[in-house]
Amino acid sequence: MRSLEELERIRKRAQEAMKVREGEQPVKVVVAMGTCGIAAGAREVMTAILEELAGRSLTGVTVTQTGCIGLCEQEPMLTVEKPGRPAVTYGQITGERARRIIAQHVVNDVVVGEWVVSTRR
Amino acid sequence: MKELALHILDLLQNSVEAGASRVGIDIIEDAGNDQLVIEVRDDGKGMSPELLERVLDPFVTTRRTRRVGLGLPLLAVAARQAGGEVQVESSPGGGTRIVASFGLSHVDRAPLGDMAATLVAVLAANPQLKLHYRHRRDGGEALFDSEAIEERIGSVPWDKPEAALWARDAIRSGLAALPDPASGPARDKGR
Repeated sequence: MRSLEELERIRKRAQEAMKVREGEQPVKVVVAMGTCGIAAGAREVMTAILEELAGRSLTGVTVTQTGCIGLCEQEPMLTVEKPGRPAVTYGQITGERARRIIAQHVVNDVVVGEWVVSTRR
Repeated sequence: MKELALHILDLLQNSVEAGASRVGIDIIEDAGNDQLVIEVRDDGKGMSPELLERVLDPFVTTRRTRRVGLGLPLLAVAARQAGGEVQVESSPGGGTRIVASFGLSHVDRAPLGDMAATLVAVLAANPQLKLHYRHRRDGGEALFDSEAIEERIGSVPWDKPEAALWARDAIRSGLAALPDPASGPARDKGR
């Protein structure tokens, strides 16, 4: 069992990072977790995103979820929302593709064109 | 669904959709009675008697984007093909309780799968949720109670990846300390 002290340190670091970023709009990564998404592999996508964000110490990025958005054949899907930019939804994502989207889109600001399903302002 | 843990993820999503603030997940692996029981309870808005009556029917859903609801019917099929069943209790304002049973050593029972990944996927995306997880196997017990942790050290930002991965490791080491499965598919070993 990992120690509560360790979790307390994580908590403190998160609070400090939040202070630094006060007033900043967070970048959001939204994973679709309806039945269709789960059956297609959304949980592995979520795990990969958490690992990649933790590994890169990307404290300004929030992970959240949505349900089925009616494009079940495109699952697993994830959406990257950056302040002041169109939200980009990607389809047929694997854990590996999610890691590339974090590196290329979230970090380097370059949309990964080949997996885009839709963009919305 | 390849794992029972994915069905559980789906049930937890229903609880989130129903506005639950507290969710209990109990898993009991009982080799003596050759039974695996999964129970999920929430304090969400619950279901009307009309919806409850039809909820195992795939053509019922509260969602508007797709007119076929698959979660509970899929779980019911998985339980039935492994010699078990699904029971649903719910009332408007009274939350929902789902109990699924399976033959523990039944050849058609899906493996339990990665419960830590399931719980953390829910917690990371819903950091306000109070998650109570208890897993019993042949006299051993593993617990993960996000509310008890927060009572001790204060509110935890579970949506921060580091905190979510801490929870995953804590759940995994709790499960690893359970006695080895006495029966059931060998692929459950080590979970």
